[in-house]
Formats: sequence, C-alpha cells, structure tokens
Amino acid sequence: MTTLTDPPKESFRLSMLIYDTRYRSMTIQIIALIGFLLLLGMLVTNTAQNLATLGKEPSFRFLGEPASYDINQRLLEYTSRDSHLRAALLGLLNTLVVAFLGCITATILGVIIGVLRLSSNWVVAKLTTIYVEIFRNVPVLLWIVFTMAIMIETMPAPRAFKGENPVATMALNDSVAVTNRGIYIPEPLFSRSLGDVHLLGQGSMRFDVSLDLIAIVLVLGLSLWGAAKIKLRADKIQEKTGERPRTWHTRLGLIVVPTAVLLVALGFHFGYPELKGFNFKGGTHLRNSLIALWLALSLYTAAFIAEIVRAGILAVSHGQTEAAAALGIRPGKIMSLVVLPQAMRVIIPPLISNWLNLTKNSSLAIAVGYMDITGTLMGITLNQTGRELETVLLTMLIYLSISLSISAVMNWYNKRVKLVER
Amino acid sequence: MKNTVILGALTIAGLSAGAAAAGTLDDVKARGKLNCGVTTGLVGFAAPDANGEWKGFDVAVCRAVAAAVLGDGSAVEFVPTTGKTRFTALASGEIDVLARNTTWTFSRDVDLKFEFTGVNYYDGQGFMVPKELGVSSAKELDGATVCIQTGTTTELNLADFFRSNNISYEPVPIETNAEAQQQYLAGACDVYTTDASGLAATRATFESPADHVLLPEIISKEPLGPLVRHGDNEWGDVVRWTLNALITAEELGVTSANLAEMAGGTNNPEINRLLGTEGTLGEMLGLSADWGKNALSVGGNYGEVFADNIGEATPIGLARGLNAQWTEGGLLYSPPFR
Repeated sequence: MTTLTDPPKESFRLSMLIYDTRYRSMTIQIIALIGFLLLLGMLVTNTAQNLATLGKEPSFRFLGEPASYDINQRLLEYTSRDSHLRAALLGLLNTLVVAFLGCITATILGVIIGVLRLSSNWVVAKLTTIYVEIFRNVPVLLWIVFTMAIMIETMPAPRAFKGENPVATMALNDSVAVTNRGIYIPEPLFSRSLGDVHLLGQGSMRFDVSLDLIAIVLVLGLSLWGAAKIKLRADKIQEKTGERPRTWHTRLGLIVVPTAVLLVALGFHFGYPELKGFNFKGGTHLRNSLIALWLALSLYTAAFIAEIVRAGILAVSHGQTEAAAALGIRPGKIMSLVVLPQAMRVIIPPLISNWLNLTKNSSLAIAVGYMDITGTLMGITLNQTGRELETVLLTMLIYLSISLSISAVMNWYNKRVKLVER
Repeated sequence: MKNTVILGALTIAGLSAGAAAAGTLDDVKARGKLNCGVTTGLVGFAAPDANGEWKGFDVAVCRAVAAAVLGDGSAVEFVPTTGKTRFTALASGEIDVLARNTTWTFSRDVDLKFEFTGVNYYDGQGFMVPKELGVSSAKELDGATVCIQTGTTTELNLADFFRSNNISYEPVPIETNAEAQQQYLAGACDVYTTDASGLAATRATFESPADHVLLPEIISKEPLGPLVRHGDNEWGDVVRWTLNALITAEELGVTSANLAEMAGGTNNPEINRLLGTEGTLGEMLGLSADWGKNALSVGGNYGEVFADNIGEATPIGLARGLNAQWTEGGLLYSPPFR
C-alpha cells in the first residue's frame, strides 16, 4: 500500500519577495510603479504650486468669454463675438478638413507612385524614385512654406483681373478664378432650399447642417444601396446559369434619376465667382493657405505611402503574379485583383501611422496662416488669454482623440482584411 | 509610454519652475548679461544691421538698461520673439525684459501677470494700402483682404473696427513682419495693418515706398513700452527709472555731447541726482551711483534715440507727435528724480 503525502507546505516569509523568483519581478514592478506615481505626484503638485504662486490657478472659464478675433475659413457660422470655445471648434473643423483631404490625396498618390516605382519602364521607375527621395528627405514645414510661396508669387492677384485688357482671365468658361489668394470655384446653390437643421442647440457648440445636403446624401445612399442589390442579384444569376443579365442601364438609372429629380426640385444651380471690389465674391473660396497645406502634406506623405505600398507589393510572392499570368489575366488586372488585395494586409498597419502623421503634421498650418486648432485655440486664444497650460493640455487632448479615433477605425478595418490563420 | 508622460510633465514643471524665479536684478548681475526680448526684425525698432549688430529704438532701451545695471551697453543678449512667443518667453524667464513694441493693456498687465514699466512710444493702429487701389479711407475697405500679425492687439482692434463699421473683410493671419511684407507686396492681401510706427518702418524698407499710402484712420490707442514679470518690483523699478532717466535727460537738456561735462557737476540738483553726483538714487535701486550716466552714455537721451532710429532724418521718418516732451505738447512726462 502506498501513501500519498502532501508536499511540505512552505510558509511565506518576507525575504521571499526578493529572493524567490516567483515574487521578485512582481516586487520590482510594484516598487517601480510607486516610484513613478510619486514622481508624477511631485511634478503635478510642483506645477500647481508654482502656478498658484504666479496667481494663475488652472481654470477653463476663459473658454466662455468672447474670442474677439475673426477666422477666415469658417465651416460654421461664426463672428468675433462668439466664445473662445466656438473659435476652437471652428479650428478643429479646419484641422479635420485638411487632414481628411490630405489623407485621401496622399493615399491615392502614394498607391499610384508605389506601383509605378516597381514598373519595368526605366524612366517611370527612376522618376518616381526621384520623387520619393526628394519629398521624403526635406522637412515638411519647408514644403508647406515653399508651396505657399510659389502660389503667392506666381499666381495673379485679383486686381490683375480688372480693367479692359486684364493681365489674367478666369478659366473654364469664366467659372473658375485662380488667384494668389486661392482658387474660387462655382458653389452649389438651391433656390428652393429646405433650410438648416440646428444640431447641438444654439450655444457655442451649435452645429447647423443644411437639410438639402442631408436629403441629397439620403437619396444617393438609398440609390447606391439599390444598385448594389441589383448587382448582387446579377452575380447570383451568373453563378447559377453562367449568363449575366445586362443591368448597367437600370443601375445607372437608379443612381442618377432620383438624385437628379431631387436636385431639380430643390432648384439647384451654381453660383459663380465674380470680381467685386477688392476680391472675388460668390463661389467657394479655396484659400491659398488650405491649398498649400493640403498639397504639401499630401505630396510629402505620399512619398512615405509609396514606399509602404512598394514594400507591400514586394511582400506578395512572385508566384502569385506568375500564376495569375498563367491563367491569362492581363497585367493591370493582376495588380488590382491579385497582388494589391494581398498586399493590403501588409500595407494597412504602416498606412495608419502615416495617416496619423499627416494629421499631426497639419498643426504646422500656422506657417501659412491656416486657422486650424493650433492657430485658434493654441495660437490666438492662448495669446489673448495667457492660459498656456490649459490651452496646451486641451489641444493635446484634442489631437489625442483625433488620432485614437483614426487608429480605432483603421484597426477595425485591419482586423477585417487580415489573413485568417488556422 | 511611461517615458513620454514623464518628459511631458518635466517640461511643464520646468516651464513653471522658471516662471517662479525672483530676483532678476541679481540674476542679471551674476550673469553679466541682460537677456532682452525684441522683435524678429522691424527696421528702426529692432533689427540687426549689416554687421549683425542689433540697432533700433527698442534695442536702445535694452542697451540703456544693460548699461545702467552692468555699466556696459553691449552686454545684451537679444532674443528675437514673435507676437505669439513673446509672453511665454518673458513668463518663463527666458528673457529679463521685453522691449518689443508691446501694447500696454489691462489684461496683459493684470491677467497675464506682467508689469509695464512705462511707455516709450505712443502709437495707434493704422492701415497701409498700395496707392494704385485708390483708397483714401479705411471705411472704403469693404471686402478687402487684410494681413495682420497674429497674437497682437491689432487683431482684436481690426475685428472690432470692421464689425462696428458694418463692413466685411478677410483676415490673413501672419506670424512675422517679414512674412506680412512678402504677402502684401505680392498682392496676396490688399491691406497691411499694424501699429502706425510699424507700418512706417516697414514701408521704409520697400523698393518704392512712395507707391504705398498710410490711411488717415488711426483706430486704436497703442501705448508701447517695455515690460517685466509681475512680482519682481526691484527689477521693475530699474527698468522703469532707466526709461524715465532717458526722458528726463531730454527734458533737462542732458545730451551725449554734454554728458561728460555735466557729470562733473552742475548747479541744477536734479541733473546732479540723475547723473549720480548728488544723492543716493543709484544705491536705492541697487545700482552704482553713476547708473544714470551709464544709461545715457549708450545712445544719448530719449530725443537722440528717437532721432537716430526712427526720427524724421531717417528713412522711417516719424514725427515726434504724441511722443514729444510734455513741455512741447506731447505726452512724455517723467516723474521727477528726487
């Protein structure tokens, strides 16, 4: 008969925290954490104390006071009597606009250049290499200032459009004016407008959205959804019978007709820019600062994205291309149907970080006088109210939220396209 | 991640720790150099000349303070600041005094915790336009594109002026005077607005100054003067009375030409107190007895500094106007040296 005896029970001694490998790492981590918290606490109290000595206790009340300054590019209605908070909101929207435009343009350009860099055409490959190397190796601030300087110095001032024999004339049948203050393009107008809907109340955060826009987006969205359904049905029929019904005309009609009817019902027409007094009036004014910032950020980031795309394509085994070629698929189709979808898995994670970079680089906007969040909240508001700590913290928080949101969305997308491993 | 937090917190703590330092006078004496904040370049007020030496009306104030404290008008480290960075530079202790045509306003004095030590130039905001536009009044500027230096009082005056006159404009915010000049000359803005003295100084550097006019409207009061941190009264006194010494010297007729002679003693006791041959004014400030003489030995009295840098004989060509002595119908009025 065998007896099972319990292993001897070890009693816990304090020295085991250091000498026992089971506890040692935990002990060290706890000590490090306490030390870190102490240091942090000391810094915070020190800062608070010094600010109190200066008589500048942190307070966010300044956000409610009138901003008293004007902002040139306004996506929402704003006057100089509005609060600093609203000025910050307008700045934030301006940041988002340039970041959004920049990310799209940079991605499109980057993909094209990345693919072209792998071209077997020597000239094309070398030209794109030169592009990448030039843009990647010069600081983006210089590109921004340089683009702005080129716009200001080479394009005609509005007064050049004046007179009997003007030095400069409007382009595209007198509908677009390219000046050194920016580009004026026709704006969409509605003679039977539905008006605005007031979101978020009437306070500093008021956010008016045109009902016309909502209606158009809704109708267009429904049409696209319907068109997608038709295509799905056609796909099914093709899979079953091998014959694809002709659907392009119904799909096209479904997309175009409802929107067109809605536009006519709303009395859609264009408002053209016209030289009146000092400036062009009417039309949409794409300011030189927006264009310079947008272009420079896109061109700069596109160079990095091009390298990422090239790396992603090279990561797809050459056998894939050869196999696709053996099936008789044409080179263009091989790229878009076989190589790029697989390359996307490698491309997406570094692409996210480049989008984040572009968004953060947009804070260089003040170099060309673009009123983004750095220009309003951390620029003029900081300067007029003298609340450095509060405005800087607030601006950091805003950039953090923007970046984290972009990451969250892109990580979700990355999970979807990721190779499912078994 | 942890590192970033620590670094960030360190930066903030560092900034605020610097701001709390007191005893600027002792610091300057120990350092042997005065850190003076000036503009990034406005000819006549503060700009490096062809030899890289800072010259100008505001620079003269810095040099006079350095001479009063250290006995050497060249013991100055000039720190160029923009409209946006100047207050942070002063509050953080990077500079000891800010002499950068800065307007004395209530909120800067009270809320931003600075102390204005006097006014060295009475100014007002004006407009400059190219002559070819044919504009004769600022009220005709409806719809114009206006270049402004961001972070200045001019930005707020401008918004108020156009709003109260019910006319529209397009502001173009710009960081420095040089950039504004470039945009204005290229026609990217119709109008450039800043203090009238700044406009005159900027226009003087143009290829053809006659093609540009200053509009008659002066839309604000801009008393410009040197400022120091609030709460260091001894240092504030030094800067205030150095400026007053320059003004008083002009009133009493002490010039760089007769300075040496007068420092030997005169029968006007106020001159003697100013130049340190009588009384203990220097000691009271914590300076040497001949501090006033030193301050005046750099560029002469206020009138001489004005004439040399921005007066009518210079390309900038500003008349004394409000900046004449009170005895001549101006606003300059120094408290007595007694």
